[in-house]
Amino acid sequence: MTTLTVTRTTLLKDLRMEWRSKDAINSMLFFALLVVVIFSFAFNPTAEESRMIAGGLIWVAFLFAAVVALNQTWARELRNQVLDAYRVSPAPPNALFLAKAIGNFLFVVVLECLMTPLFVIFYELRSIGPVWQLIVVALLGTWALVVNGTFFAALSIRTRSREIMLPLILFPISIPALLGMVDATTSILTGEATPDFWIKLLAVYDIVFTAICLMLFETVLNAE
Amino acid sequence: MKRLALITLPLTLVLLAVSSYLALVVAPTEATMGDVQRIFYYHVPSAWVGGFCFFINFVASIWYLWKRSPRSDALAAASAEVGVVFCAVLLIEGTLWARPVWGIWWTWDARLTTTLVLWLIYVSYLVLRRFSAGQTQVMAAALAVFAFADVPIVYMSIRWFRTQHPSPVMGGGENSGLAPAMLQVFLVNLALFTVLGILFIWLRYKLETAEQALESAHAQAALKGAA
Amino acid sequence: MAGTSEPHPPPVILLDNLVKFFGRFAALRGISASFAPGRLYVVLGDNGAGKSTLLRVVAGLMEPSQGSISLLGAKRIREVAPRIGYMGHAPLLYDELSGMENLRYFAGLYGIPDDEVSRNAMRMVGLDPDLPRRVGQYSQGMRQRLSLARAVLHDPELILLDEPFSNVDVHSARDMAAVLGRVRDQGKTIFVVTHQAALMEDVADEFVHMAAGQIVSRDEVVRKSVNVGSMR
Repeated sequence: MTTLTVTRTTLLKDLRMEWRSKDAINSMLFFALLVVVIFSFAFNPTAEESRMIAGGLIWVAFLFAAVVALNQTWARELRNQVLDAYRVSPAPPNALFLAKAIGNFLFVVVLECLMTPLFVIFYELRSIGPVWQLIVVALLGTWALVVNGTFFAALSIRTRSREIMLPLILFPISIPALLGMVDATTSILTGEATPDFWIKLLAVYDIVFTAICLMLFETVLNAE
Repeated sequence: MKRLALITLPLTLVLLAVSSYLALVVAPTEATMGDVQRIFYYHVPSAWVGGFCFFINFVASIWYLWKRSPRSDALAAASAEVGVVFCAVLLIEGTLWARPVWGIWWTWDARLTTTLVLWLIYVSYLVLRRFSAGQTQVMAAALAVFAFADVPIVYMSIRWFRTQHPSPVMGGGENSGLAPAMLQVFLVNLALFTVLGILFIWLRYKLETAEQALESAHAQAALKGAA
Repeated sequence: MAGTSEPHPPPVILLDNLVKFFGRFAALRGISASFAPGRLYVVLGDNGAGKSTLLRVVAGLMEPSQGSISLLGAKRIREVAPRIGYMGHAPLLYDELSGMENLRYFAGLYGIPDDEVSRNAMRMVGLDPDLPRRVGQYSQGMRQRLSLARAVLHDPELILLDEPFSNVDVHSARDMAAVLGRVRDQGKTIFVVTHQAALMEDVADEFVHMAAGQIVSRDEVVRKSVNVGSMR
């Protein structure tokens, strides 16, 4: 019984449950739609400078939507206290973490795929730089948000008012990643600068924090 | 503990008076900025103490995760609080200095922004401590590791962000060629702030361990009572 | 102490001055005890006596604040996790999955790839493995049975059950008690925390009374001669 097997079965189990209840994805989708529409009111989408701030808009919208998803990460495990069943089993804790993080990653990526066309339509976006770079930035950036988000959601299980707690601890730590995503996206969209540095920074951020999450998750999971 | 505090506190106050006299009166007035520059004698030491506190917080947290000693958690809590205070002082001094010299209160310059982000991160650490329900120590120690690992990444990202775009900052680093008279005053202040920082951490640490002792005394009483 | 009268088999559980604090509250106040294998222990006591806490500490879900614990000869509970079964106060099941899907997932956590194991576990507690209904639509009794099946799925040597009969009708509860008796007869050690001592009278080997975070007394059940076969 390796970490990988348990990760896979846990991930499949989560996807099946999500497919049946559609809790997270529905609320996330609707929330994301709301964010796009409200942003369109707040920032005139037809203005020339909207291209300059589009990177920021898109990522802030994704960030908000991701927090909605992340807050639901452990909800299912806490209902009926199923988490205890995992904890008493010999299955490796990191498998649970990876399954949850990958699950969240998939949710948020699906969400981004659905929201991006809306942004493109509402803001008449065209990318001057290469689109494949946008995809790389999106994948690295999403993992950056999701890996720490999954971990911090586990931290907030043992706090009062846990839904508020998650953004409070996630946002400050995520600032460099967010900065990277926003600036990289803007420089690709405008074609004015190269996003190379930001892609490297996001990669470093992902590696460093994935490693820390895997080192500390067992400690946090079993703290009781 | 009380006696030691009674000795060290007045001593620190006297030293603070002396160093302030040095910084505000004895040190020569800077040529272009004038008296405003004197805030530098407080500003840089505040930054140093803030960074020092966060480093202590990191080491204490790692130690806690390894040994689970409540004392190292007390030290982590104390140093994070003192660090946040010095960091806040640093930000306020920065704006006070920036207004007359740069003509603006705030600019998204690399150092300012990094400091602000650091301050936000460690405030969130304190918030977690306050809001956690049970197992505060483990949760806080884990977050401290994330926080400290983020520091170099924050610095790198913001430096790149700000050197890439033109920024409205005029005047470069004030460290470029400090007059010997200024340097002496600066070193005195640096030493004093370090002592002050350590004193604050130590007092806060004592308070924290006293609270821990009280908690465990109550717990032990509950253990023995009603037997 | 009744449990120590049999010096032969090494104890399954050895507790040494176990203390658990929740803030200032001491939920366990220095429990030292040893429990012999192959017996069914029924843990009784008022609410807040520390029964559930004791079970959680023994299951490895909680770190004791003081004292030490030795389980199946190991100091670190994680090492013997595959040999322990735990049934919590809550069902510990996913409402959105069917009974078999639940068991299949948990079997996977124990590295059991064989579906037949899960099917047998369901049959043992009197549930139909082919029932397509999701656990969310189960009755309380069925849920508790399935929860029991989950706890014993991997054939553990030590089974810890927290209030297995809560909200269960008397009929189901008697069935479950009988299942427990049979499992014990296979040589497993079982701990049942319950309020309904009467249900366990026929199968229990020993009643452990807890009050205010301590074990106050242990009463061995003297079997009638008819039942002596199950006493080993």
